[in-house]
Amino acid sequence: MLNKRVRSVAEAVADVKDGSTVMIGGFGTAGIPNELIDGLIEQGARDLVVVNNNAGNGDTGLAALLKAGHVRKIICSFPRQSDSYVFDELYRTGKLELELVPQGNLAERIRAAGAGIGAFFTPTGYGTDLAKNPDGTPKETREINGRMYVLEYPIYADVALIRAERGDAWGNLTYRKAARNFGPVMATGAKCTIATVHEFVELGQLDPENIVTPGIFVSRVVLVPRVATGAGGFKKEA
Amino acid sequence: MTYQRRTKDQLAVRVAEDMPDGAYVNLGIGMPTLVANHIGGGREIILHSENGILGMGPAPNAGDEDYDLINAGKQPVTLLTGGAFFHHSDSFAMMRGGHLDICVLGAFQVSATGDLANWSTGEPGSIPAVGGAMDLAIGAKQTWVMMDLLTKKGESKLVRECTYPLTGIGCVSRVYSDLATFECSPQGLKLVDKVDGLDLKELEQLVGLPIRT
Repeated sequence: MLNKRVRSVAEAVADVKDGSTVMIGGFGTAGIPNELIDGLIEQGARDLVVVNNNAGNGDTGLAALLKAGHVRKIICSFPRQSDSYVFDELYRTGKLELELVPQGNLAERIRAAGAGIGAFFTPTGYGTDLAKNPDGTPKETREINGRMYVLEYPIYADVALIRAERGDAWGNLTYRKAARNFGPVMATGAKCTIATVHEFVELGQLDPENIVTPGIFVSRVVLVPRVATGAGGFKKEA
Repeated sequence: MTYQRRTKDQLAVRVAEDMPDGAYVNLGIGMPTLVANHIGGGREIILHSENGILGMGPAPNAGDEDYDLINAGKQPVTLLTGGAFFHHSDSFAMMRGGHLDICVLGAFQVSATGDLANWSTGEPGSIPAVGGAMDLAIGAKQTWVMMDLLTKKGESKLVRECTYPLTGIGCVSRVYSDLATFECSPQGLKLVDKVDGLDLKELEQLVGLPIRT
């Protein structure tokens, strides 16, 4: 019988290899798979490329993964936060490579990877500094029906770490409120998607009409206790 | 003549009154967030938040914060009856696909023809961050900017050409400022309104650009 549940976080992340590209869900305080990130730090894979909207807050979670020196490069849209000092220091001292991507391009490049799209033209970023490749050369552009677009390529990942709310043995998932954010799209974009859930239910207990991520996109499900998410990460003055 | 600048709240009221009932609106981080406080009772404006919320409501009462329910600025919010949650690629499809009626953004500079610079000052050593600004700027049916007209040094933030790194080209249709409201178009600036006591000549001097009426 198909059973994607694994017993522990350690087991879930055991085979992440050095040099992997790892998508990590979450936006601000919502939907960050902290248990999986801690598990990945302990597991010890290095030279990672991390894909996340932000670049860590304070000293825990993604910031701790960066601080441990396990990350070579981060692909994100908004690294600067009031308490992103771990990232700031690594970036300023050249110990961490940054690929800054407009948030919608980030989501769509991940979606393209999951949906088998080879590349796509987007109006976002046209004429800006972010329509350049990491080496400074301009990205390909095209006029389509009188509007200018930039060619963007998919972001493929080896592993996606996401936080969901409820899940079952087939890997079907639901989410909670705005903690959904990047979870469903990242689940499609990685070879191996690992999801934490706060409730593991029998097959059939999730309403099929309300399953957000169908199990085909999920490789492993781990049950973790619910902990209150805290405040933080927002700047009072933007 | 003497004149009084609009306060931030007066400016927020001014922006809110131009939003038609039933509009889907995204309010950027910072000053635009204030507009939410001035959408009066009885009006139906549906607020979008890039992290997957439509029908976003005001901040919760102290003690009721839910950190799975936050806005783009990572502050706790609430969900109005009828609100919906969705994932990031749907959220940005709403922007890029032209489904949002209006977005209101802050700015470092706006050009007379509607170019926007609001994500980076381009200073060496600064940590860049763009978030959803570029998607919003070019995606919404109308992009409005809300800002003080002048920098703290007294330089106009409305310019012939932006010197800061661009967020989008020709995307801003209106600029609401503490001294006046403008339309931006390929033909340049057009005056919508100005504070009492400020004459057009004086305004043109402050901005340093011709303003059509």
